[in-house]
Amino acid sequence: MTTAAARGSLFLVLHQARYDLIGFLRNRQARFFTLVLPLLFLIIFVGVYGSHRIGPFHMKASTYYVPGLAALGVIAASFVNLVISITAQREGGILKRRRATPAPAWVLIAGRTLTAVIVSLVVLTVLLAFGRVVYGVSLPISTLPGIALTAVVGSITFCVLGYALSTAIKNEDAAQPMVQAIMLPLYFISGVFVPNIQLPSWLQHVAQVFPVEHLSDGLHRAYAPMVHGVGIVWSDIGVLALWAAIGLAVALVRFSWLPSAASA
Amino acid sequence: MEPVVSVQGLRKRYGPLEAVAGIDLEVQRGEIFAFLGPNGAGKTTTVEILEGFRTRTEGEVTVLGVDPARSDGAWRNRVGAVLQESNAEPELTVRESLRLYSGYYLEPRDIGDTITLVGLDEKADTQAAQLSGGQRRRLDVALALIGDPELIFLDEPTTGFDPSARRTAWHVIDGLRELGKTVFLTTHYMDEAEQLADRIAVIAGGRIVAEGTPGTLGGRNRMAATIRFTLPEGIGADELPPALREHLAGDDGRVTLTTDTPLADVGALAEWALPRGLDLPDLDVRRPTLEEVYLELTEEQA
Repeated sequence: MTTAAARGSLFLVLHQARYDLIGFLRNRQARFFTLVLPLLFLIIFVGVYGSHRIGPFHMKASTYYVPGLAALGVIAASFVNLVISITAQREGGILKRRRATPAPAWVLIAGRTLTAVIVSLVVLTVLLAFGRVVYGVSLPISTLPGIALTAVVGSITFCVLGYALSTAIKNEDAAQPMVQAIMLPLYFISGVFVPNIQLPSWLQHVAQVFPVEHLSDGLHRAYAPMVHGVGIVWSDIGVLALWAAIGLAVALVRFSWLPSAASA
Repeated sequence: MEPVVSVQGLRKRYGPLEAVAGIDLEVQRGEIFAFLGPNGAGKTTTVEILEGFRTRTEGEVTVLGVDPARSDGAWRNRVGAVLQESNAEPELTVRESLRLYSGYYLEPRDIGDTITLVGLDEKADTQAAQLSGGQRRRLDVALALIGDPELIFLDEPTTGFDPSARRTAWHVIDGLRELGKTVFLTTHYMDEAEQLADRIAVIAGGRIVAEGTPGTLGGRNRMAATIRFTLPEGIGADELPPALREHLAGDDGRVTLTTDTPLADVGALAEWALPRGLDLPDLDVRRPTLEEVYLELTEEQA
């Protein structure tokens, strides 16, 4: 039998992603926060706003909230789920054990990131399909490349930020409250829960510093019915890439495979 | 033949604290080597340096001919580790975990054989989260073996086990000997080292305080034996023959003799007791247990 390792690093990345994906699918909490919660939010927010036209492009509430909550889904799959699982795996010694094998470190990290990208695309697809079938939101076929690219870049960015943040969390019990404490305010000011046109302008500027607003904005713009072209908003992609670079720098310096308790 | 593990003058400092204070070790191919010591003695630090997880402050270390601080994937293909307090992926079944890990290696063992070796056939399709503590530890051993390593580190493999789970684990570890593996075992259980190891080194306060086989550790083979028995009512220890009275170490209802010549003393005791029609039903002759030797060795340091 030829093993994944013998077939090359790319096969090993796929091998790792396959088992990380199985682990994700069997974890009830991860499934709920990633797959169910964005759909629940979609139903609730569309219920609240009904047939009002909202947001900068005066979209129907359903058209507005599909991409907004797709941003939440991508972040849940990449950042929230990754921080919680990586912290638990580090403290439980799983990362250490994997590091004790011949698998290169980058392969383990790339495999886990690929898992998050796949889950992100699945959540995105589910939300788009739900919006189409239940609310009759038409799919912007021409801008699908833009939506997909934004989601993938966003997913990778939030994975890298997840790796960076995990270095500041000492145990798995602290992971869930920590990521929610960071993300909840950002969801509110970044156009995910509330159209940010309703916010005071200083708060809009604050939101624009952070990556959530740019993922949300990129998806909103690609989804807006009046958009022409393939729907790629390069300024948003650029800011996401910048955040990814910052996260990468932090993770490279601080990331550890060993449990934080085992310091002596 | 070149030793599998060779350590000379190893030191590890954490600020002012010297966790490992200059130790030498050698482990030969095919040996089960037990590294014994109380918590905080420098055991885990040493093992983590050998496994390549920690850097050292000073000293020469080679493991399978390579400095573990500069180890690479080729070296990790030859080394397996059962780490302290490391879980398997809880959502994966035993078989899936082994498939995942076997994919990391170039020439892994057969997955089914490895499951059988650790006795988890009936649990092969159970998720790790549903296994008992002992079964999880056996999965750990299976994961350490799946790459078919030449050298296996077992860091406190039975801590927290109930007695029957420990016996099963010992049986598995003993089986590694038959596979020709070299095993570097750390433990703070004496009976575990005695049961499994070909050779034992005891570390305390960052230093090796004794080294030897389970039979000879700390001069145990030369240490005095203890003879204990209860005399029938009405007969005092002062009635024993003079040769035995010389060895009298205590008489609190039960007589204790300490002696370097246990057989001669038992013979003399029998010659004295039998003609008097005395039996000594609780007669007990024992040498110091490894546990006693170990406590003595580590207490000197503490």
